[in-house]
Amino acid sequence: MSIFDRANLAVSRRQLLIGASLTGAGLVIGFKPHAVAAASEPFAPNAFIRIPQEGKITFVMPSVEMGQGIYTAVAMMLAEELEVGLDQVTLEHAPADPKQYANPLLGDQITGGSLAIRGIYEQMRKAGATARIMLIAAAAREWGVSPDACKAEAGHVVETGGSRRAAYGSLITAAASEVVPQDVPLKPASSYRVIGKPAHRLDSPEKVNGTAKFGIDARPDGVSYAAIAICPHFNGKLRAVDEAPAMAVKGVTQVVRIEEAVAVVADNTGAARKGLAALSIDWDPGPSASVSQSELERQMDAAIDGKALPHVNEGDVARAEAEHGPVHEFVYRMPILTHSAMEPMNCTVHVRPDGCEVWVGTQIMSRARQAAADVTGLPLEKVVVHNHLLGGGFGRRLDVDGIILSTKIAKQVSGPVKVTWSREEDIRHDCYRYLNYSKVTATLGPDGLPVSWRHRVIGPSVMARWLPAFTKDGVDLDQMGGAESPYAIPNRQTDFARHEAPDGMLTGNWRGVGATRNVPPVECGIDELAELAGIDPLDYRRRLLQHKPRLLGALELAAEKAGWSSPLEKGKGRGIAVAEDFGSFAAMIAEVSIGADGRFKTDRIVCAVDCGQVINPDTVEAQIQSGVVYGLSAALYGRITVENGAVVEGNFDDAPVLRINETPPIEVHIVPSAEAPGGIGEVGTPGVAPALLNAIFMATGKRLRTLPIDQTDLRRV
Amino acid sequence: MAKRTLALTLGIALAVAGLVAAFEPIRGHAETSGGGALKGAADFASIADAKARSKAIFAEASRVLTHPRCINCHPATRSPTQGEDMHPHVPLMIAADSSMGPAGLACSTCHGAENRAIVGSRLKSIPGNAHWQLAPESMAWQGLSVGEICQQVKDTERNGNRSHADLIKHMGEDHLVGWAWHPGEGRSAPPGSQAEFAALIAAWVETGAECPD
Amino acid sequence: MERGAALGADGRMPYNLTVNGKSYAVDVDGDIPLLWVLRDTIGLTGTKFGCGIAMCGACTVHVDGLPVRSCILSVSEAAEKPVTTIEAIGDTPEGRKIQQAWLDIDVVQCGYCQSGQIMSATALLAANAKPSDDDIDAVMAGNICRCGTYPRIRAAIKLAAQG
Repeated sequence: MSIFDRANLAVSRRQLLIGASLTGAGLVIGFKPHAVAAASEPFAPNAFIRIPQEGKITFVMPSVEMGQGIYTAVAMMLAEELEVGLDQVTLEHAPADPKQYANPLLGDQITGGSLAIRGIYEQMRKAGATARIMLIAAAAREWGVSPDACKAEAGHVVETGGSRRAAYGSLITAAASEVVPQDVPLKPASSYRVIGKPAHRLDSPEKVNGTAKFGIDARPDGVSYAAIAICPHFNGKLRAVDEAPAMAVKGVTQVVRIEEAVAVVADNTGAARKGLAALSIDWDPGPSASVSQSELERQMDAAIDGKALPHVNEGDVARAEAEHGPVHEFVYRMPILTHSAMEPMNCTVHVRPDGCEVWVGTQIMSRARQAAADVTGLPLEKVVVHNHLLGGGFGRRLDVDGIILSTKIAKQVSGPVKVTWSREEDIRHDCYRYLNYSKVTATLGPDGLPVSWRHRVIGPSVMARWLPAFTKDGVDLDQMGGAESPYAIPNRQTDFARHEAPDGMLTGNWRGVGATRNVPPVECGIDELAELAGIDPLDYRRRLLQHKPRLLGALELAAEKAGWSSPLEKGKGRGIAVAEDFGSFAAMIAEVSIGADGRFKTDRIVCAVDCGQVINPDTVEAQIQSGVVYGLSAALYGRITVENGAVVEGNFDDAPVLRINETPPIEVHIVPSAEAPGGIGEVGTPGVAPALLNAIFMATGKRLRTLPIDQTDLRRV
Repeated sequence: MAKRTLALTLGIALAVAGLVAAFEPIRGHAETSGGGALKGAADFASIADAKARSKAIFAEASRVLTHPRCINCHPATRSPTQGEDMHPHVPLMIAADSSMGPAGLACSTCHGAENRAIVGSRLKSIPGNAHWQLAPESMAWQGLSVGEICQQVKDTERNGNRSHADLIKHMGEDHLVGWAWHPGEGRSAPPGSQAEFAALIAAWVETGAECPD
Repeated sequence: MERGAALGADGRMPYNLTVNGKSYAVDVDGDIPLLWVLRDTIGLTGTKFGCGIAMCGACTVHVDGLPVRSCILSVSEAAEKPVTTIEAIGDTPEGRKIQQAWLDIDVVQCGYCQSGQIMSATALLAANAKPSDDDIDAVMAGNICRCGTYPRIRAAIKLAAQG
């Protein structure tokens, strides 16, 4: 138990609330922190840093690790100010407690929106610095010297001019009685010794030797294993099932029926899956049974010219159109997407009369806990959520539907039960990125540059359900993010034609959120306008980005590294896309070639990113590569279809994802910057599809406006 | 500049639906579902000209040879295809160095000595045979006409130095050839049976092993 | 002998497995995939479930020294054969080299697929001491990673091949 919890609490909400008000642009604006109330409340122990008398210092991780490298980054921030080496610390998942661990920018214990580092950069460093100052004060008092005559290094307080030296662990009792400094100074970036230098990931060793524990690896004492079949039809229900065929399978102990699903419980998941497959389940397909893909697409097409709610309105678009016609119009269509995280959905729950324990990997701890409380009817404090490493998040684990289902099942099971989704259940019951269409309308001035830009966004409002605070007057601010484009266009209008998925089809957040839906139409649209104007697409963007030095800087660096102006062989093309979101600025250039068979190949992707102060440059490179691969996979393969009110695809055979042999070299170049750190987990994704589409245009003269890219034969398109 | 309104067709529907549709026919096929009957040699007795009869018999036998169960592993490149629609094998298999696949991702990584059942998936089984491997490069049939396949089959330079008698024995007794009629749940079988197929090959040999044009 | 499960009603354990050099007697149906016996019955959770149809490679183990997808390999097929999982692959020279390269390059992100990636990469290196990019792609195409660690997987295998 540590004394530094006091320090941490002092680090403090009050100051951090001020920090928290630094809700900058983009996504951040709407995610208003509501932590104000928490400011006056006492702080529970064990926040952020725990220094024992002996052994390693524990850092408690307020954000969850799903591959983005946040554990290492948080440790680096804490270690920077605490003056310890990364080899002197161990990491621990934070419990569900938003009062302690809410991301200041989100006001809740959420890891998403590329907000982790942006939310806690100051908070973590202050936690480290406050602890360090109190330890120094304690040592100085014991030695009878001024704190100024002491310094901290590698987990020790050292007397600057003398020989005395004390390990942090030996000082904790004394330090506990020191006054908690209220506003500690932080190091200038110029004296960082940890932040900004490449560091090895702290979670690599356990992920390399098989000991890392993901949610699916939880094995509480007495656990049983369940396989689940959820009604395949949206909003459908279980009508009846004869449990006998499953019960006849060796190892099966129970068949659980809930309103919308059947679960078979066994002494191992294999037996549970075998038992489940043996069942003939009678589903009531419900009211959505006739929903088909062609109908959904027809409805989206109809919504293009339907009612819409205004959002951005600058200048006078109607007048500009009248004066500068003709009006150019492009419609872009994007498909339904799954997340397909490698770790299928799973959740282990133990419901007892007096409490409930949940073992899971979730991006949204507080809602996970609340969900279990709601299903069991237990008070929140009786629910314990043990968070785990996430085998991929990508937004999928920002929803708690799996925790709700698993808890419903666990209520009928004695002892803890681990419910594991098959890949098919995972893909057919996702929180989908729904169909998103865009209509872009523009006019050009005599110089060929755009004078007007209308962008109608057609799609669902995820925020209306997921985070209503991020809507305004019925407009989903995430859906509209960046729709107005970053370009200097004097007259701009955007509007939102809300069109929801069929009832019962859950829609949710998908890596890159609003940017992945608006960057493709914006970046393809601007490319189309450049072509109409007869201006090189790089030069066109340059002329329109003079007011955006950071985005322009990334664009120039990417262009230089990609050799934009160098000649290309016949059948090859290059395409550009820029993306400004999550506090970061990225530019991407894709190079493609078209084979004799009409199939195209991505030869190379060059990305430049300005993400402000870099915490771990090695992670920035990895995350941009990661975002690019995720975006490539969606651009080439991402498409879910619906028939009979159910998702058709089910596994990697019919819902393929990118593999290593299709992955081009991906170059990442970082623009040096001392600006506040931006998010890095998502900014690599949105530009991939438009960069590819623009490159295909350069190679073939054909404009594809529908995703995924038709790969079969570009000669045919 | 002309007004340019570019409404779009359902391009993606074509793009991936091709793949999706390709999987549809697999659904629900039991092991026994096959390509129906194979004609016997007697069915060609009415063709008086022996040469013409031989060609016709081979053409009938080619219904087996060109069936996906057989020709998926006689690809034009060293990468097998799979499924009823003969799409590229997933994951991509490259057998350039060995008919058993590259060391590290050999056929045996997934394919066992027997078909392996799968539960809870559209794929009902993973096919398997003790000798599971790609046909030699010289036996690439995909993209060839039936006549070209026939020429390959009897060319000892390209058929593994098999005599006509060897061919009859191979078609009739080889365990991997025979797998085609026991392809595992979720896969169609070629027409007839291995014995009927071998009888046709024998009749083709007897009639002079003529190849269709 | 360790017991992965209680004795059957007849007091007999139907399948004897040898995993990472240790013997286990397991009382499950013969068609249960090895994956679930490893993870649930024996408790070796390093081997991961990803697709259940041998399409993603997350469940890769070595049987008789060769890589196999344990999600489709029945326990009856695996019985009486030496099985090596991620937990013990570091005891082989190639496994050790691959794991070290993975650490040196920091390949992992979420890490979920990496047990399978390492098992496949180890098998590749054992068969091909100096794999080219094409060799790497040909083998590693069987393993899906949704975090996009592919570029670093290529780099790490090459690094391991140098060491």
